[in-house]
Amino acid sequence: MLMLHCPNCGRDVDETDLHAGGEAHLRREGAEASAEAFEDYLFMRKNPKGVHFERWHHTFGCGKWFHAARDTATLEVFGTYSAQTSEPPKEIIDRIAEKRPNWSWESDT
Amino acid sequence: MKRYSVFAIAREALRQHQGWNRAWASPEPRSKYDVIIVGAGGHGLATAYYLGKNFGITNVAVIEKGWLGGGNTGRNTTIIRSNYLQDPSAAIYEKSRSLYETMSQDLNYNVMFSPRGVLMLAQTEHEVRGYKRTAQANALQGVTTEFVDAKRVKEICPIMNTDGPRYPVLGGLWQARGGTARHDAVAWGYARACSDMGMHIIQQCEVKGVTTDGGKVTGVSTTKGDIGCDKLGMVVAGHASHLAQMAGFQLPIESVALQALVSEPIKPCMDIVVMANTVHGYLSQSDKGEMVIGGGTDGYNNYTQRGSFHHVEETVRALVETFPMLAQLKMLRQWGGIVDVTGDRSPILSKTPVDGCFVNCGWGTGGFKAIPGSGWAMAELMAKGHSPLTEEFTMNRFRHGKFIDESVAAGVAH
Ligand SMILES: Cc1cc2nc3c(=O)[nH]c(=O)nc-3n(C[C@H](O)[C@H](O)[C@H](O)COP(=O)(O)OP(=O)(O)OC[C@H]3O[C@@H](n4cnc5c(N)ncnc54)[C@H](O)[C@@H]3O)c2cc1C
Ligand SMILES: [Zn+2]
Repeated sequence: MLMLHCPNCGRDVDETDLHAGGEAHLRREGAEASAEAFEDYLFMRKNPKGVHFERWHHTFGCGKWFHAARDTATLEVFGTYSAQTSEPPKEIIDRIAEKRPNWSWESDT
Repeated sequence: MKRYSVFAIAREALRQHQGWNRAWASPEPRSKYDVIIVGAGGHGLATAYYLGKNFGITNVAVIEKGWLGGGNTGRNTTIIRSNYLQDPSAAIYEKSRSLYETMSQDLNYNVMFSPRGVLMLAQTEHEVRGYKRTAQANALQGVTTEFVDAKRVKEICPIMNTDGPRYPVLGGLWQARGGTARHDAVAWGYARACSDMGMHIIQQCEVKGVTTDGGKVTGVSTTKGDIGCDKLGMVVAGHASHLAQMAGFQLPIESVALQALVSEPIKPCMDIVVMANTVHGYLSQSDKGEMVIGGGTDGYNNYTQRGSFHHVEETVRALVETFPMLAQLKMLRQWGGIVDVTGDRSPILSKTPVDGCFVNCGWGTGGFKAIPGSGWAMAELMAKGHSPLTEEFTMNRFRHGKFIDESVAAGVAH
């Protein structure tokens, strides 16, 4: 069972208390955006085999959203962080870079 | 190729089975092929087969990182049906179902197609309305299905508890010519036929990169070296996004785990396939007597072929209510596969931004039933550049809002 630390309420929670919300840091498009931009926002996904930044909802708990950095090929969790940000905090990026030398935040975005 | 027949069995019985040939060859890769297919699952092998059979293109390699049929093709619960809602789906799934009817003869390989009937249970008023609508749509599409009431459901499947407290069975969508087939045999039968046409099936060879020149595909780099090609077909299910990334484009796909399990074998008790979408479970009995059970997908992106245990528990808990006898059974094995899910739950059979590179993916939780039809259509797309069966299934349809929405018919795994 996947376990994640909820940074909002400070609890370590089981997957059964959470709801997965898909890729994080998507840029939300407004009404004036092009069809391509909307397609990117609504449907296109990185879906990487490896480092993934994603949204989680602490549904059966504090009811708040947070972000997690996880490896989809090994299920390793690098860390969780607040959802009030448009990119992962530096310590998470550094931690991943240390464990995955071929990965970098720049090439990921 | 030596044909399999009752006479061959008799002949071999008399000489201690010494005369059987290998079903397919395991050659080293050549430096270049006309067509490379990545992924030796059912869809990749069927594509290669119809490239040869329908278009005479046989300078083909099918490249597989593991063993052929070891992906979702060898991990699924083998339900075959074509009772979808939208016209483009009906066309390709019914083509596929009808090809299953003659596949054993066509391939000279017993794929054990068993059109035992598929029943999709309606356990809410909403589902009753939904399935009546599907039955009407199917009538217009020429797909034979009917809506049956609860009494008929009980006749078709006596072991079912139709008046369960929470979700009583109100009726069902019945497709009498739906059923199951032997999953490995489908992959093996196509592999044998492809090998017989001179195609190369190269196993234990992982594609690590896609090479292009001026926007056109030129080949792939693999763990067995660089291999050139004029056309490339990516048919790798859960790894579609990963391959697309190698070629420099993105897909509207997410990869998640889907699990299944089987019970200990018991005497024959159920001769149809039942799907219960409201409670997320489906059930059939294999020829060995095992009850084959599948459920819903996990929620998060995953490439490990391992799912979360609580989904297994949910599935079994739900099915036990409708099939009380299951409570007595021990479960033997449980496993997972990585399925490629699109936003409208329909597949992608499409050209890509890279010239000469085609993609066939997005079959998600329900592509076993589609193997022959998908191979037929994909071969036509790759050989001619267009196919009537794939026209609506382009990767750009999301941009134009031209969804082929099957979330009702395919929202649950099968
Ligand atoms: C538990 C479960 C139950 C299911 N139940 C049903 C059902 O009842 N009915 C139904 O219709 N469908 C069902 N499905 C869905 C069905 O199994 C799939 O849609 C179908 O098998 C996909 O076939 P494929 O050939 O596209 O993919 P696969 O069989 O997965 O083949 C893809 C191949 O590509 C290979 N590959 C990946 N990356 C690379 C690389 N870089 N280089 C070389 N090779 C690579 C993989 O090793 C794999 O063998 C189920 C799936 C699962 C997991
Ligand atoms: Zn919380």
